[in-house]
Amino acid sequence: MRPAVCFIKADSSETGSDMSDSVKFRFDVDGSNFTTAGQASVQVKKNLRELGIPAEAIRRVSIAMYEGEINMVIHAHGGVAEVEVFEDKIVIVLSDTGPGIPNIELAMKEGYSTAPDNIRSLGFGAGMGLPNMKRYTDGMKIDTELGKGTTITMVVNF
Amino acid sequence: MTVKELCESAGFSPICLPDPEREVEGGYCGDLLSWVMGRAKSGQAWVTIMSNINIAAVATLCDTSVIILSEGVMPDAGVAEAAEARGINIAATELPTYEAAVRVSQLI
Ligand SMILES: Nc1ncnc2c1ncn2[C@@H]1O[C@H](COP(=O)(O)OP(=O)(O)OP(=O)(O)O)[C@@H](O)[C@H]1O
Ligand SMILES: [Mg+2]
Repeated sequence: MRPAVCFIKADSSETGSDMSDSVKFRFDVDGSNFTTAGQASVQVKKNLRELGIPAEAIRRVSIAMYEGEINMVIHAHGGVAEVEVFEDKIVIVLSDTGPGIPNIELAMKEGYSTAPDNIRSLGFGAGMGLPNMKRYTDGMKIDTELGKGTTITMVVNF
Repeated sequence: MTVKELCESAGFSPICLPDPEREVEGGYCGDLLSWVMGRAKSGQAWVTIMSNINIAAVATLCDTSVIILSEGVMPDAGVAEAAEARGINIAATELPTYEAAVRVSQLI
């Protein structure tokens, strides 16, 4: 969990700057397009497979990332997703400039959702996204400020 | 049993089967996508009435063996093409979800 702050700062480069043995992927997540939602996660799954990451870790990373990516599209008009691969762990950072989360404890509850009806009709809005992210990762941290945005950092060890 | 064999034996109509030899290992039923994301396991046949493009991403990430659209639902425009390109199998059936799942269970 230690490097989380560094990643948020080092947000421009596509390689892991001074942290030598890491590979970093960065994606812009389009907040207006539902047909492409989830693409970054699907791409990450492919990239991690090419890197030879264990299947179970890939599954956990890509599912947790998908939930976060969809949340950025539905609740925050898109954002940026970054995935950094280390020797024994993967760190996912999802940042948006959306409305922020007023009550994190409530948002983390299974079944809590503010998704509108048109989104629910697509199969979203079960209120299971954030709980899934927590369940599938070894560490998760939510930084949020009302009117400013939300940054979620997740770590998967392998 | 493979996805292709399952479709033939169960009478499910293939929509796209880019990976017909994929082995079916159990099944999962559900329409709420993040519920499915949390529960469905690799190799399972996923029975759902959700027909929009997001099912292709969910199936990719959960690594399910086939999406079975039940209750006479057909995929939305463009979904079959996207699924084909990603190697995601989709089949369809008029059967209600319960009966489709029972049939999967009897055959595999
Ligand atoms: N990036 C975000 N910005 C603002 N609010 C968010 C963000 N992510 C989640 N939320 C809030 O937290 C709630 C719970 O999120 P969660 O992902 O668990 O459920 P959901 O997205 O509503 O439904 P599901 O993920 O099951 O499709 C959301 O309804 C929304 O109010
Ligand atoms: Mg969500």
